[in-house]
Amino acid sequence: MRARDRTQPLVSVPPDAAHSTQNGTELAPEPHGLRRLWHSPGARLTVLGCAVVILVACYLLTDVPGSLAFAVTIRGMTVLAMLVVSTAVGISTVVFHTITANRILTPSIMGFDAFYGLVATAMVFFGGSAAFLNADTLTLWFVQLVVMVAFSVLLFTWLFGGKRRSLHLMLLVGIVLGTFLRALAEWMQRMLDPLDFQVVTDAMFASLSRPDETLLMLTGGLVVAGVVALIPLLRILDVLTLGESMAVGLGVDHRRVVMGLFAIVSVMVAASTSMVGPILFFGLIVSNLAYSYVGSFRHRFTLPAAVGLGMVCLVGGQLVLERVFGFGGALAMIIEFTGGLFFLYLVLRKGAR
Amino acid sequence: MTAVTNHAPTPARTSRTGVGVVVGIALLVLTVTSVFIGVSDVTPASLVRADADSHAAFLLLVSRIPRTVAVLLVGASLGIAGLIMQMMVRNRFVEPSTTGVTEFATLGMLGCIVLAPALPVVGKAAVAAVFGLAGTWVFLQVIKAVPVRQLVLVPLVGIMLGGVVGAFTTFIAYRMDLLQSLGQWSQGSFASVMAGRYELLWLAGAMVIVAWVAADRFSVIGLGEDFATNLGLNCRRVMAIGMVIIAVITATVLATAGIVPFLGLVVPNVVSLIIGDNVRRAIPWVAGLGAVFILACDILARVVRFPYEIPLSVIVGIVGAGIFLWLLLRKGSRAH
Amino acid sequence: MIVLDGATKRYGSTTVLDQVSLSFGEEGVTALIGPNGAGKSTLFSVIGRLLQPEEGRVLVDDLDVATAPSRTLATRLAVLRQDNHIAARLTVADLVEFGRFPHSRGRMTTEDREHVEQALDYLDLQPYRARYLDQLSGGQRQRAFVAMVLAQDTRYVLLDEPLNNLDLRHAVEIMRLLRRMADELGKRIVVVLHDINVAARYCDRIVAMRDGRVVCDGPAAEVMDPEVLESVYDLPVDVREIDGRLVALTAG
Repeated sequence: MRARDRTQPLVSVPPDAAHSTQNGTELAPEPHGLRRLWHSPGARLTVLGCAVVILVACYLLTDVPGSLAFAVTIRGMTVLAMLVVSTAVGISTVVFHTITANRILTPSIMGFDAFYGLVATAMVFFGGSAAFLNADTLTLWFVQLVVMVAFSVLLFTWLFGGKRRSLHLMLLVGIVLGTFLRALAEWMQRMLDPLDFQVVTDAMFASLSRPDETLLMLTGGLVVAGVVALIPLLRILDVLTLGESMAVGLGVDHRRVVMGLFAIVSVMVAASTSMVGPILFFGLIVSNLAYSYVGSFRHRFTLPAAVGLGMVCLVGGQLVLERVFGFGGALAMIIEFTGGLFFLYLVLRKGAR
Repeated sequence: MTAVTNHAPTPARTSRTGVGVVVGIALLVLTVTSVFIGVSDVTPASLVRADADSHAAFLLLVSRIPRTVAVLLVGASLGIAGLIMQMMVRNRFVEPSTTGVTEFATLGMLGCIVLAPALPVVGKAAVAAVFGLAGTWVFLQVIKAVPVRQLVLVPLVGIMLGGVVGAFTTFIAYRMDLLQSLGQWSQGSFASVMAGRYELLWLAGAMVIVAWVAADRFSVIGLGEDFATNLGLNCRRVMAIGMVIIAVITATVLATAGIVPFLGLVVPNVVSLIIGDNVRRAIPWVAGLGAVFILACDILARVVRFPYEIPLSVIVGIVGAGIFLWLLLRKGSRAH
Repeated sequence: MIVLDGATKRYGSTTVLDQVSLSFGEEGVTALIGPNGAGKSTLFSVIGRLLQPEEGRVLVDDLDVATAPSRTLATRLAVLRQDNHIAARLTVADLVEFGRFPHSRGRMTTEDREHVEQALDYLDLQPYRARYLDQLSGGQRQRAFVAMVLAQDTRYVLLDEPLNNLDLRHAVEIMRLLRRMADELGKRIVVVLHDINVAARYCDRIVAMRDGRVVCDGPAAEVMDPEVLESVYDLPVDVREIDGRLVALTAG
């Protein structure tokens, strides 16, 4: 049932040694000092932060063909977009894992991408691809955002706010509705001519390159607002890992807190999806990597770690793709691809817990 | 999951017989309707005047009857695949398309199209079946850690699994510029079925027979592995038979008609509401009701935008999703 | 005082709690007994505000459970339910620290740390404090949960079948501990038990439930009666006195 060796290195710490760290009274004998430090989540976060800074610097400042300032401005936008996406996706996935008590789900499966696809398809279907391509990106973003948030809030108040209170049931209903929407979208797609079809499918794959500036600022603003709203909830999130009944026993207003968290998650996911397109499995990689990297259940460690690891994946991946392989456009797709593989590995090794 | 019905008192039995008669009549009527619906005019009268117009008879033999037979086989076998899977997993809300099996099989088909386009349909279906088998195995491995009580989590995990594999498939298709053709053949539809293009489905029909023969074993499996072993059943073998049944049905249906979602989930659930959970008794019901369900959907798909056809999977997706939601949310459902 | 006033809870057409009026808080340890499905766990859920009763009220120290702030209630009343599955990997110390959450909201003060240390000491968990919960035996894990409840520092402690899956020695250990908590620390403990002999041995008062109702309520000597027990369990029960203790024996 239980994952046997989720964090092997931690287990190897002798119990009394870890004990003294907790008290902080006796200091560690010298040879173990560095290793002990490496086991503390704070140190690991610092290392991760340094890695992100180095990678970003590499990406911004090396291999500049012309003016440095110009390159930094252009690439800076991409880095910013990556930061927004990894924050939105990393944080929403970790929070979602905590409230659903399951580490292999992602918030995006419950119909977000289906709505995104349906709106895109419907626009091409009724307006033609020209209308879709020429449409004001801001309006499009806004429509997508509103549709997705409205859907998730409706679903949530219906199945969680009322008498029935089952998160898993709510998710399943969301997914089934998603399948329904996808069937509808597929039907429309089949009646499109190949050119229009191409436009729709291109829109269905996330793309990080060349974000629209206003869009980036708006999305970034929403994501920052979400993060700010989360900060006072960090410790309550820790308590939620104990499960609903214990959290209630410890004085957490479970329903209200989960509603609030879910609202934050939906806004973050919807905003990032509207900006770059549907991202399904990226969150799975970074969140699960974050859990095993920091080795702590505390959200003040896991959340930043997820964001940092997201940045490492995105910036590092972009660096490798651009500088080594010479093409930069397919990053999101490749990450989704490896994300899928990682997911399979994860569930086969640890089971669906 | 235990059988609810013991030997029912008379009123229940007569009403059950009544439902059985209704299903039988519906099956008959829909079959006949299905044969005589289409763009070209085929009516019983035109068949009688066989001398004047052999075109009608030709059409009947080459297109209409094969299509109807294919629809019947798909409906019956998908229902059975769902039923067997539900017994094996001990969960009401699974079927090939909510557990990633369909997506794995689709990946196999796509692999064939990319790597060995010349392979005949039988070969492609065989590869798809192998992938489907792998998919079933993966799913069974994955849900081992999920407590049986968490009824809704199991399909959730399965759909997630399917989503991952599906995204993988889509990605490959996108890179290979095969996305639209992937959409074409994977979308469930009987529009292109005619003589010579559906015979593979008899294999799915054979699997229904196998399921029937092994029915009691699946009943016992449905009570839990410990329980089954206790009764002297070779669990692994029964599970293996079940996996093969599921994989072959999924693959052959995929190769001939495409993906038909939710049928395997909806039909056994409705049957279980009517007659309880005894597999042997349920099999003819599931097969019959599955056929009725998909025949009705296929006829609907043909007449809604006559003379054009709507893809069957759209109709099944909409109707099936609706019934699925009802099953989840109705009072007395154990999902919450 | 925990007071239930006509509390009623229904699931569809089945009534799991039927006009229950009860109060806890006078005696040190109260046992709640009754056959499966008698409504014991539901009673705990209603008191512990996991479920809302359809009718009636639940008061904890004159605070209505339905309206009082959850956090205030959590400083008065601790509930430990059955099978506490925790998905995250926690150490014993982490778990016990959570007991301070109602007081500290996660920011541990010196006082909080003292409470944690005391709870760990009280349950002899110091040697295991850095172990992960999944590395502990069943008895140790149950003690860790009790330590968490102890660190919560509430007057009232409700435990739902804490002896589940424990062997004889560990069961006795837990019961002695509850007794001590009541006698030394002044806790008011309500505990769901299946073994009526254990209930009779360690508890001051026994409340017997059946079909969502309280069928008997009184000191152990009063409930340990063949007729009473038969009416609770629908089974002939013989009660003997052995070395001054009342012991129930099932007949046949």
